[in-house]
Amino acid sequence: MSGFKVINPGMLTLIQDTGRFGFHGIGLTNGGPLDPLAFRWANRLCETAVDGSVANNTALEISIGGLLLEAQVDTVIAITGADMALTINGVAYELWQSHSIKAGDQIELGYAQQGCRSYLAVAGGFDIPHSFGSAATVARETIGGITGDRLQQGDFLPCASFNAQQHCSVDSNDRPHYGDAFTARVILGYQQETFNDVQQQLFFSSEYTVSDRCDRMGYRLTGQKIQSSIDGILSEGICHGAIQIPADGQPIVLINDRQTIGGYPKIGSMISIDTAKLSQLMSGAQVSFEAVSMEQAHNLLHFAEARFQQAQLQRC
Amino acid sequence: MRIAVAGENALIIYFDDAGFSAQASPAVAARVQAAKVAIATSLDSVLIDLIPSYASLTLIYDALKTDHFFISQTLNALLNDLDNAESGQGSLVTLPVYYSVESGPELELIAANADLSIEQVIDLHQQQEYRVYAIGFAPGFAYLGEVNEKIAASRLSTPRQKVPRGAVGIADRQTAVYPAQSPGGWNLIGLCPQRMFDPTVEPSMPVAVGDRVQFETISRNRFLELGGELP
Repeated sequence: MSGFKVINPGMLTLIQDTGRFGFHGIGLTNGGPLDPLAFRWANRLCETAVDGSVANNTALEISIGGLLLEAQVDTVIAITGADMALTINGVAYELWQSHSIKAGDQIELGYAQQGCRSYLAVAGGFDIPHSFGSAATVARETIGGITGDRLQQGDFLPCASFNAQQHCSVDSNDRPHYGDAFTARVILGYQQETFNDVQQQLFFSSEYTVSDRCDRMGYRLTGQKIQSSIDGILSEGICHGAIQIPADGQPIVLINDRQTIGGYPKIGSMISIDTAKLSQLMSGAQVSFEAVSMEQAHNLLHFAEARFQQAQLQRC
Repeated sequence: MRIAVAGENALIIYFDDAGFSAQASPAVAARVQAAKVAIATSLDSVLIDLIPSYASLTLIYDALKTDHFFISQTLNALLNDLDNAESGQGSLVTLPVYYSVESGPELELIAANADLSIEQVIDLHQQQEYRVYAIGFAPGFAYLGEVNEKIAASRLSTPRQKVPRGAVGIADRQTAVYPAQSPGGWNLIGLCPQRMFDPTVEPSMPVAVGDRVQFETISRNRFLELGGELP
């Protein structure tokens, strides 16, 4: 069988596809890439390089860095996302670009200098069995991936062999920039009326700091306390990006691996292009919030999608 | 009924006049269930997921294919008709439980607080027919309500690090069977040998939201015969 051997899994490397959908009813969360744009670019680079149709194939999400793989296949890979130094057999190579790999090659990623998550895609995708329609790893649920957990030393990632027809890269104008601060767009909703005008103004005019208690379930932010007029609610469904305000008044942005229901008041939800940016921030980074209408959110989503679809890869 | 915005591609429908401050009630839960079935059929092509809970239904849709205007309009028409619709009863599922001090460390505590014998606590727990109000917290964790007031018990002040798979617990007026070993703060009164979540079989859960559940006492030997494991 051809594929890649995991020599060092790094800090946190997970097998991910677009995620698991349609199973909230039995309590299964989504999983999937925290930064879907970077994930899609990595796949698109690989598929374009081998003249394949672009599919959101199963890839790796590498958090923080430190991954070392050994190829046992000839194929094409691409790495996008956070700025982690890529070397192949000790020689530096570019991110956001497709590369040919030969059996025996050692592919190593350093630690993130800017951003936090990167994506390693391979032509045709990794061949990982699906559980509930997806290969996405959710360690909390012991579902997806190889054993329901993060990659381990010695794991084997099966994939088919491919030859590159034409290598390509993502134009620098089309690459996202991962900074240390940004303004996240929020749609007011859920229990918004339990946060009075003063509380809402405080929320939208304060800067929050990304705490060190952030993971694939949620990002805890610290800063100005926000108070709801109620302590709790009858448990209800939690959508992606929902901003929960527990009794300590510190917001938690709930993302891919969140629990599906919960009983804390929520002020609204962050739009998906901004949860992707949030998940690229390290602790200590700054976030502020801006309210947008549902119509604006819808426009932003369509604009981002059109921009991705229309962007042309550069031949190299 | 009220439809509120949840997020970029999500709306939440509240079925009780009290909205998110409602209390659990079988009548409202039946409307959630009926709406879930109707929405799953009518909006199938744009629907990503549905999260039924005690008195609400969260609807997640494909925002690249449709928008909240279309979804709200469709829901308004659909749910007005639903007010007169008969809602299903759900199936009745019987779950075996080995109740004992050995398998349920809080049985004595609940009995002492309620001034009842252990046998009376067990009787009260298994006399009741419960409704599956919601599934969440972990895959396969079904919130069942409501237990008799006499044996209602607030969560442990210090949650356990490890609650075994199959543990039957009480928290306030809810009861549940832990689908997998996990941390947890519910009061444990017994062990159920039936797997509540098994990703390798279809269906992966013996119950769904809207179903009714009854517990049935089994002996220690029967528990072991059915594949139960004592912690």
